[in-house]
Amino acid sequence: MLRTEDLWVSVGDRQVLKGVNFSMKYGEVNVLFGPNGAGKTSFMMTLMGFPRYKVEQGRIFLKGEDITGKDIYERARLGLGVSFQRPPTVRGVSLKKMIDIMNSNGTDSTGINEKIEKLNLGGHLERGLNDGFSGGEMKRSELLQLMIQRPDLVLIDEPESGVDIENIALVGEAINSLLGKDKVKDQKRGAIIITHTGYILDFVNADRGYIVFDGNLLCRGNPRDILSEIKKHGYRRCAECR
Amino acid sequence: MPVRSAYLSEIKALAERAKDKKALYGPDLDLSKYIQHIERGKIESLESLSHQAKEAAILTGMNLKEEHRSGSYLQIDQSVVYESMNKAYEGQLEIMSTSAAMDKYEWIEEYFWKAVPVDQDKYTAQAALNMTHGYFIRVFADQKPLYPVQSCLLVAENYVSQNVHNIIIVEEGAELQVITGCTLSKSEAEGIHLGISEFYVKKGGKLMFTMIHNWADNFHVRPRTKVIVEEDGAFISNYVLLKQVKSIQAFPVAHLKGDRASAKFNTVVYGLKDSYIDLGSRIILEGQDTRGESIARTIAADESVIYSRGDLIASTKGYCLAHLDCRGILFSEKAKIYAIPELVSDGSLKSELSHEASIGPISEEQVEYLMSRGISREDAVSVITSGFLNLDIPYIPEFLDKNIKEVIKATAKDAL
Repeated sequence: MLRTEDLWVSVGDRQVLKGVNFSMKYGEVNVLFGPNGAGKTSFMMTLMGFPRYKVEQGRIFLKGEDITGKDIYERARLGLGVSFQRPPTVRGVSLKKMIDIMNSNGTDSTGINEKIEKLNLGGHLERGLNDGFSGGEMKRSELLQLMIQRPDLVLIDEPESGVDIENIALVGEAINSLLGKDKVKDQKRGAIIITHTGYILDFVNADRGYIVFDGNLLCRGNPRDILSEIKKHGYRRCAECR
Repeated sequence: MPVRSAYLSEIKALAERAKDKKALYGPDLDLSKYIQHIERGKIESLESLSHQAKEAAILTGMNLKEEHRSGSYLQIDQSVVYESMNKAYEGQLEIMSTSAAMDKYEWIEEYFWKAVPVDQDKYTAQAALNMTHGYFIRVFADQKPLYPVQSCLLVAENYVSQNVHNIIIVEEGAELQVITGCTLSKSEAEGIHLGISEFYVKKGGKLMFTMIHNWADNFHVRPRTKVIVEEDGAFISNYVLLKQVKSIQAFPVAHLKGDRASAKFNTVVYGLKDSYIDLGSRIILEGQDTRGESIARTIAADESVIYSRGDLIASTKGYCLAHLDCRGILFSEKAKIYAIPELVSDGSLKSELSHEASIGPISEEQVEYLMSRGISREDAVSVITSGFLNLDIPYIPEFLDKNIKEVIKATAKDAL
């Protein structure tokens, strides 16, 4: 599904990824842990193709195709989707307008209305994207857009951040629904989820976990075991593992 | 009974004295070359217009079948070619040319050159000395026609000076919507449009006025507008300019004389080619508890120069609240935007006036956000720009939306 080979990435003068080798299969859910500034979001943004993240070396393959040089929208059309930790406010472009654009072939209007209702976003449709949205509303809006976009692989950055306890369940269920947990394995969406707290593991069955540390992916393993280690020891041991 | 000739002589004398007076803003124009005068006959229906004229009228929001309209007024060059009233609204309002109203009503004197000073500048003087009709619309007390009146002031020939004088009276407790378009049927036409507009919103009345301007490379425009709003009255102005123009300069004024009166200006301007655009709005808050809002969205492309002015002037002894919101986007290194907000509190201790003005590029972060949903860069820029310009103006036809998109597509390439 996705593979990176010796990926070196910089942002300005800063080296943010240092030779990342990563691969995942269709329908797999991977969780990334790691301290602030370790390179988690940089990895995600690089996969999505944001130009600020400059690939200096290495390649990215999606479904066997080399997407290293492709533009953001081309990657999205090839099956990558992203839920931002802090999406920008776009005044003047309503959530409804965005839904209409993304569903321009109009194939799923009934389903969309159900999703809007389920995510409790009916009152936000006429508002500018993320304009005055609370943390939980932003996450739900992001997930709604991804449900309409229907990517094969979703990149979810910190789904719990800024979300109150009551809303975490709603966000967790929405992620589960987005990933198609009620479907057979080969129809499920793959995911890479960044989490600080690990709350999301209460809702999503993740296949694999990694610790991102100093621009690389370390400690591949069971995500719950990794989380338990982090809770016990923090990230101090990561330096020893390198 | 017609307007007194003594009053008209007084107006002409004032105009004579001002006919060389330069305007405060905008390039000074030599009016002597615009001498063409063409008389045209009436037409039976809007659909009998020439193809070119039809196209031009439609692009300013004119509904040729007159569906969902309470009346229509069409002027081509100096001639009034069509006036009609939807029969369902007879007794609610009247529509005619201002010259016809001057022949009919002596009391027009109370409204004719009473809001806009005839000696303001050479353009008001020219409009007074060589007036070529304009529309007169009056909605009677407590009447609220469901649908808007539509008007179109069209220029079809070269070297025409179209000098219209428009008067709208919204009587007490009445409500009126007007959609008016000013345009050309030949894109290469060289000429000038001088539009004097004096609007009166009486006690408890409401006027929603939408104006769409579609001009071209060789055309100059100098509208002069003042609106007097009495107590509990409301005035809403929507102005849209999406085509190039040689030069336009206008600074409409809403004077909130009555207590609790309100005014709102929405202005959408897209500067193209070498257009010189100097537009603004001024709200004078004289009555107590008056409210004002002025929103301008400006995009300057190509080599256009745009002045976006906004004045709020509080002179009330009571409370008043007003806000200016003026934002611009530059699409070209050769374009210029001047955002000029001005707040004046003239001994008005309780007035609350505020403004926000900004000029900046389209946010790359916003574009990339939309791209991450599979939208191409060009479409993302178009969607964001349309959203920036979208002030939810009612009765603006869908094709105007489309028009915005086409203009953006043609000019936004250098935006990022």
